[in-house]
Amino acid sequence: MDLLNASVALLNYVIIPASSYAAQLSLGALGVTLVYGILRFSNFAHGDTMAFGTAITILFTWFLQSFGITAGPLPTALIALPIGIAATTLLVLLTDRTVYQFHRKKKSPSVRLVIVSMGVMFIMNGLTRFIIGVQEINFADGERFIINATQFRELTGLSEGLAIRTSSAITVVLAILVVGLLFWFLNNTWTGKAMRAYSDNEDLSLLSGVNPDHVVKVTWLIVAALATTTGVLYGLDKAFKPFTYFQMLLPIFAAAVVGGLGNPLGAIGGGIVIAFSEVTLTYGWKKVLSYMLPEHILPDGIVQLVSIDYKFAISFIILVAVLLFKPTGLFNGRSL
Amino acid sequence: MNAPYRPIAYFAVVALLYLSVGIFQSWVLALTVLNDALIAAIMALGVNMMWGYAGLFNIGIAGFFSLGGLAVVLVSNSVNRDAWAAGTPWILVSLILGAALIFGGAVATRRLPSTRSRMTNIVLLAALGWMIFEYVYSPAVEAVEAVNPAVAGNIGGMGLPVPLAWVVGALFAAGAAWIVAKIALGLRSDYLAIATLGIGQIIISVMKNEIWLDRGVKDIYNIHRWPVPMEVDLQNADWFISAAHQMGLDVRMASTLFVGICFAAISTLVLAVLLTLAEMALKSPWGRMMRAIRDNETSSEAMGKDVKKRHLQIFILGSAVVGIAGALFVVFHGIFSPRSYDDPLRYTLLIWAMVILGGSGNNFGSILGALVVMLIWIQAESLGPILMDFLTAHMSDGPLKTQFLNSAVQMRLPLVGIVLIAVLRFSPSGLLPERSRN
Repeated sequence: MDLLNASVALLNYVIIPASSYAAQLSLGALGVTLVYGILRFSNFAHGDTMAFGTAITILFTWFLQSFGITAGPLPTALIALPIGIAATTLLVLLTDRTVYQFHRKKKSPSVRLVIVSMGVMFIMNGLTRFIIGVQEINFADGERFIINATQFRELTGLSEGLAIRTSSAITVVLAILVVGLLFWFLNNTWTGKAMRAYSDNEDLSLLSGVNPDHVVKVTWLIVAALATTTGVLYGLDKAFKPFTYFQMLLPIFAAAVVGGLGNPLGAIGGGIVIAFSEVTLTYGWKKVLSYMLPEHILPDGIVQLVSIDYKFAISFIILVAVLLFKPTGLFNGRSL
Repeated sequence: MNAPYRPIAYFAVVALLYLSVGIFQSWVLALTVLNDALIAAIMALGVNMMWGYAGLFNIGIAGFFSLGGLAVVLVSNSVNRDAWAAGTPWILVSLILGAALIFGGAVATRRLPSTRSRMTNIVLLAALGWMIFEYVYSPAVEAVEAVNPAVAGNIGGMGLPVPLAWVVGALFAAGAAWIVAKIALGLRSDYLAIATLGIGQIIISVMKNEIWLDRGVKDIYNIHRWPVPMEVDLQNADWFISAAHQMGLDVRMASTLFVGICFAAISTLVLAVLLTLAEMALKSPWGRMMRAIRDNETSSEAMGKDVKKRHLQIFILGSAVVGIAGALFVVFHGIFSPRSYDDPLRYTLLIWAMVILGGSGNNFGSILGALVVMLIWIQAESLGPILMDFLTAHMSDGPLKTQFLNSAVQMRLPLVGIVLIAVLRFSPSGLLPERSRN
């Protein structure tokens, strides 16, 4: 029984990866939830918005690198991020003006908007492929680890190593900053309050002098910023590939729905629930168990509950279970 | 235009388009596009049954489509005797056992006393069931996958005639649809969309990873395609060679065209049968009830219609039609490649674009939409680069120009997106709107 090593292994293989994944899912789910709360449809183009923002950021990162500009120990992509956000904002505002605005003014049924967002998804997907191609791109540079396994072993004298990757740390820190900023904005600024009012009760907020066009514009701006940040953080942590971003739709929607669509706090809770379930169920527990159990009762396999190939099934099952038993989500949806 | 002549006029225009592809490009291309379009038309018919008749939002159809293909592999491929000797029977036993355990577990869960330890008991029961299943399943799977892994490693088929596989394909898709419907059909439309998207992804990951079932990512090539002869056999048959010479055609070209025409004839036949059935159903009291439910669920329920049951019914029927299309697709292409289905833009959303463009609720519209969208989809692949060549003609050579030229193939994605958005904006009821029957 070696609890210390076991907990280091747990931290290294489960808690740290799951935390950064949870941060990414939460940011993604926040974007989906904001669109749902304010614009009242499920935005299927969100994954491809993320991919587009990341593609622009990568292009600008390369541009900076070609001039020898880097962020030192941090990834250069962080400097390029604002450009990515600006480009994505332009794109989504243009999309809103040309595509969504018409249906909003006409009060089309929300299902039609969902299908429209699928059309937008096609266009953004093609745009991303056009800009950067379909191959996998690794654009993380700077220091890879804050602390790597060997250093940790030397430092503590434990046999189990602990590695904290720069990207994981940045993801969690940046996510906390972004979420903090967003909540401060929603709770303290006039526009933020207007957004919440608009989401709660459209007619009443219009009577109180809320300008719907302004609210919609600010929402898209925030959504573009969130989507690009999510995409860049995910890309730094793993790698950028447009199709993977499309596949993120399922866990992101699952996170948003589990937390309660329309509820920003729920999006974060949902992201944490989905990410931790996915990582704990697909992790091979043998290593941790080997520190906990005596040799002779240690199981033969790698003690993995679900094969990594079926990780979609986990978000799906949680999604369906929540929808069937508590359709408004764990944190009660539809209030911003 | 006068409404009754509208469908005829549109179909005539589309026929002209396909003819001009044949005349100006090549007849082989025209037949390829037509065959893909006819299969897509069958899929679109299935989607239209779910969406147009009942308003059910299923975007996991790639999964049901791949199940139809799986049926072909399992029904019509040759029997793998070594695998049968190694462990196939035990895999079957374990699957039946698994189903029995799930069913038994569901019954037992309902009967368990609702004491404080209820949840623990359920978890323990599930764990026990899982262990029993694994005990039978894992060794059998390992044994089967070890049999000649370079060319087989899967349980093989049953060696039965291909047309039977089309029926089984429909049954597979219907079975999966039944399970999906039991879980997710009560959900609101956009939740149903997310849920079906998830189911589609899960079905495809099962196909990609279960090597014993279909060789996973290693693909299956030797698909039987009776009653259509193989090109090689035609090229060696005396009657065919003489017939080709009489028509003044190259034998190889003639064999490709002949096979293409056979395929087109088969899918047209299947499509015609399904279309007739679908139209009859739509005109019957049953169809009227479906539309009533779609247009106003509450009032139909008040009139005593069983909305839930009707939704279940149409969801299963529509998915079965998609399954038939999947079976035809695999037979025509002669390859079952689970990886290729992992493209929701091509196998799910493209079909949706067809239904929306054609006109939701109108079966003929879905077919028209399929013919038009597939033509755009395939032509954009070749026309995109030509257009890009023209646009970049003035640019100096460099990485930017190469990038533009290389990415021109991707033009077709935005094109389909634009079609979808434009239809929903300017003519939401599509090219052939649903006929009102009052």
